Amino acid sequence: MARHVIAKVEEVDIGKSKLVKVAGRDIALFNVKGEFFAIANRCPHEGADLCRGQVVGLAEADEPGKVRMTRHGELIRCPWHGWEFDIRTGKSWCDPARTRVKSFDVSVASGGALAEGPYQAETFPVSIDEDYVVVEI
Amino acid sequence: MNHAVLDKDTKADAKLGIVDCDIHPAFGSPAELAKFLPVRWRDHLADYGQRSANPVVGTLPYPRMTPGNGMRRDAWPPNGGPPASDLAFLQEQLLDPLGIEYGILQPLAAGSSTLNQELGAAMCAAVNDWQLDKWTGPDPRLKASISVTQEDVPAALAEIEARIGDRSFAQIAIPPRTIEPAGRRRYWPIYEAAEHYDMPIGMHSAAYGQHANSGAGWLNFYIEEHYAFSHSLQSVVTSMVFEGVFERFPKLKLVVVEGGFAWAAPLMWRLDKQWERMRSEVPHVKRPPSDYIRENVWFTTQPIEEPENNRHLLDTLRWVGTDRLMFSTDYPHWDFDDPRFAFKVPLSPTERAQIFRDNAKRVYRLP
Repeated sequence: MARHVIAKVEEVDIGKSKLVKVAGRDIALFNVKGEFFAIANRCPHEGADLCRGQVVGLAEADEPGKVRMTRHGELIRCPWHGWEFDIRTGKSWCDPARTRVKSFDVSVASGGALAEGPYQAETFPVSIDEDYVVVEI
Repeated sequence: MNHAVLDKDTKADAKLGIVDCDIHPAFGSPAELAKFLPVRWRDHLADYGQRSANPVVGTLPYPRMTPGNGMRRDAWPPNGGPPASDLAFLQEQLLDPLGIEYGILQPLAAGSSTLNQELGAAMCAAVNDWQLDKWTGPDPRLKASISVTQEDVPAALAEIEARIGDRSFAQIAIPPRTIEPAGRRRYWPIYEAAEHYDMPIGMHSAAYGQHANSGAGWLNFYIEEHYAFSHSLQSVVTSMVFEGVFERFPKLKLVVVEGGFAWAAPLMWRLDKQWERMRSEVPHVKRPPSDYIRENVWFTTQPIEEPENNRHLLDTLRWVGTDRLMFSTDYPHWDFDDPRFAFKVPLSPTERAQIFRDNAKRVYRLP
């Protein structure tokens, strides 16, 4: 597993996505209410770009006419056929056991933490203030 | 629940050379069509507007997903305008990357279903001119549909006569929810012309039509309307078989567009069974209904029925007949099918060639 810096935190607003290419893969990065998640940018149905889809909530009803909206901004709807996936896990809402998009571990790290390595060489003072989004592949 | 999941990457097949039988060109703005209308009808539209038999004036009867009434969200041209209104972007997003050798245009302008039929005829003529000017002229991969007012048969025949010599047109387009069942004799002159000129009749499901979208009236939800495309087309096929259209016009080609196709197999079984028992009611129908369907009717593939077990699609394809199926994307609509990933079953090279190219080339007489 290697860690790849893929964006600055402020590049992706809440509810938005960014397409990044990491280690030869197209990955769709999402900001869900301030948390970052990454899934493969490819719908398992016919291959549409998931980063071009609509970020939606979940409409549920226990009986006709009684609809409630939950999980605002936590699902991505494929831009073609509307298949919905949980952005946190990549699992399909309709068929989570069999249909899923590959998801990747994402974290936010400060520039300072990223600059620190396992080996210590001579160092010079460098200041990095921004937070970066890091994906592990 | 739909379990159809991609389990086979078929990218190499894009090289096949594909005929896409269902592409929906759009106007960049209403003025684009007005340019092809006589002043009399331009003024009429400005003063009175256009009225179809739909219950909700000036809009589609059902609001659809995504901005733009059911478009692919990634199909909006970067230079503005609605999806499929920009030839360069259509080439870049559809024709070039997917290896589309020919694309059949299915304009969904409501000229055919306009209540004022003289206006409808003028709109059909304008849509036909527009297809040549904006699409088939600049990109000969695209083939046009002769839009006609089927309820005004003399006007439809005049339009067919005016266009028939131009091989930029590949079919005669009629919306399936006609004012009378499609097999009725009032429409026969159109079928006679189609047979005479060896021009298929394309029946494309659409929001527009002369009747409610189900036998019980207008349905509540778009999800129901989308399914209703199938049964309106089953009614078309059944009526044309039992009214004797295919008996009278044995070389007539009917293309059923965007209605699905899996239903065609049980429909044939059912009609044959009924015909065996009650053929004396329709003595003009000389052969089993499935005979006519297997000789005169073709189905475009989108929307593909997707069984829980992918492999069951193979059974369906063989029941319907791979010689009856013609691939379509329905670009730029939300239920677009990508030819690289649409059939998640191991078709033989022959079957693949039939469905993606050869059947359509023969039906539409494409070089």
